[in-house]
Amino acid sequence: MNANVLPRWRQPSATQIRVVKVVIFVLCVLPALRLGVLMWRNELGANPIEHITRATGWWALTVLALTLAVTPLRRVLSVHWLLRVRRMLGLFCFFYASLHFVTYVWLDQFFDWQGIIADVIKRPFITVGFSALLAMTPLALTSTSAMVRRLGAKRWLALHRLVYLVAILGVVHFLWLVKKDLTEPLVFFGVFALLLGVRVVYWLKDRRPGPAGPLRTSVPKMP
Amino acid sequence: MLRRSSDIAPSEITPRDLFERRREFLRDIGLAGIAAGASALVLPAFAQGPAKVFANAKKSAFSTTEPATPYKDVTTYNNFYEFGTGKEDPAERAGTLKTRPWTVMVDGECAKPKRWDIDEIVRLAAVEERIYRMRCVEGWSMVIPWNGFPLSELIRRAEPTSKAKYVEFVTLNDDRQMPGLRSGVLEWPYVEGLRIDEAMHPLAILCVGLYGELLPNQNGAPVRVVVPWKYGFKSAKSIVRIRFTEQEPRTAWNKAIPREYGFYSNVNPAVDHPRWSQARERRLGEFGKRPTLPFNGYAEQVASLYAGMDLKRYF
Repeated sequence: MNANVLPRWRQPSATQIRVVKVVIFVLCVLPALRLGVLMWRNELGANPIEHITRATGWWALTVLALTLAVTPLRRVLSVHWLLRVRRMLGLFCFFYASLHFVTYVWLDQFFDWQGIIADVIKRPFITVGFSALLAMTPLALTSTSAMVRRLGAKRWLALHRLVYLVAILGVVHFLWLVKKDLTEPLVFFGVFALLLGVRVVYWLKDRRPGPAGPLRTSVPKMP
Repeated sequence: MLRRSSDIAPSEITPRDLFERRREFLRDIGLAGIAAGASALVLPAFAQGPAKVFANAKKSAFSTTEPATPYKDVTTYNNFYEFGTGKEDPAERAGTLKTRPWTVMVDGECAKPKRWDIDEIVRLAAVEERIYRMRCVEGWSMVIPWNGFPLSELIRRAEPTSKAKYVEFVTLNDDRQMPGLRSGVLEWPYVEGLRIDEAMHPLAILCVGLYGELLPNQNGAPVRVVVPWKYGFKSAKSIVRIRFTEQEPRTAWNKAIPREYGFYSNVNPAVDHPRWSQARERRLGEFGKRPTLPFNGYAEQVASLYAGMDLKRYF
């Protein structure tokens, strides 16, 4: 592919990418900021802890969906620079999942470890959610470029396939906890099913050499 | 973010007691410094809400002395799936409910079936103030000053026959007034039920108001039952029919998920919901969780109703 024929949005300059990154950073911080302002103004409703728990969990899943959308978008639109915002998105997913966990341990249970252990046994959805956070932790820890180099691209990629497990656990966690109205968790289920489904399609296509084979030969395969 | 006083509707103003306790809440979570700054933003609260038609309701010995949950929380945090499954949906969407004219058909296994007008029901017996704990099956609780009278007052007038083993309560089923009915989240109409001796118990009330006012739509206007020793969903709202039956009524939540919601659904910290513990609850407005009491703290009055029953089996 000749870089000169690509439109600007497909191949922005380094400065433009930096601007896009700042914009995405600010957008990702806004939901947390909003919760802080609502708490400050006492506008979180009758059950503030439930409100914070729901909001942080919802944003963790939403940012995870955005993170997983990077690869299909790159492939469909040939916008390979998107890869350069994926790390930030992944880390924001970890950020909201951690806030969600801290809300549970601190605000909801107030470090009542005995209660937490009883809860984890009685409420399997909490175990599932906690597993998702655990699976995410090594991904956050190895997100730096230095760690990619240290692990080697192959091993790093293999490790980061854990994100698929995180998506599945996250949706099961949500599906399992609602009382009856499954609408919202089912929407997430649909989105994640689509995002993981296209990867299966790509994987099948890429295995087959020939004209229908991979479009990209120089770009390493990313999860 | 600062608003002038003229921009703020009375309904948006935090009731005084909630406003004052909000500091405790914020201090508890370590934000006292921010709270001090925030206090400058919130105007002093003043009285609100419609006329206090039950202001002279007589006090009841059954009332708890625990502090009542603020009016705003009682009327904006509701489970009433006929208006949507979100907690704020009923307060936002129940304006379409028309509570006058309204009738309640009382029939089934009784000598004197009758279609009651709502205004006849309100005048049926002396309206009392009953300050009850309300425990939701989801793990939160409130303290609500209800206005009503013993359900037995209405039941007696119908003269149930010896075949009347149960009482069934049916909620309005009109999707023009209740937008949530268009979703299939539960089987409509909402049906609840009690054993006749439960329904005749002096704690079980027919409720027409709260905080001295006519019942707000989102709380089950114009008439509901309140059965304080059972999980909240057992207390049917916006009732249009009360029927005496020989068979145990097939209730809405029991039909939806039978292994999670039994017919009895007495508050019981020892019997967990299959997906969560019922040992503790969060009283709205409080930071920590408190232990849940057997029969929601009404064991002394109602435990005898279930003498000899295996409460794990009849959950």
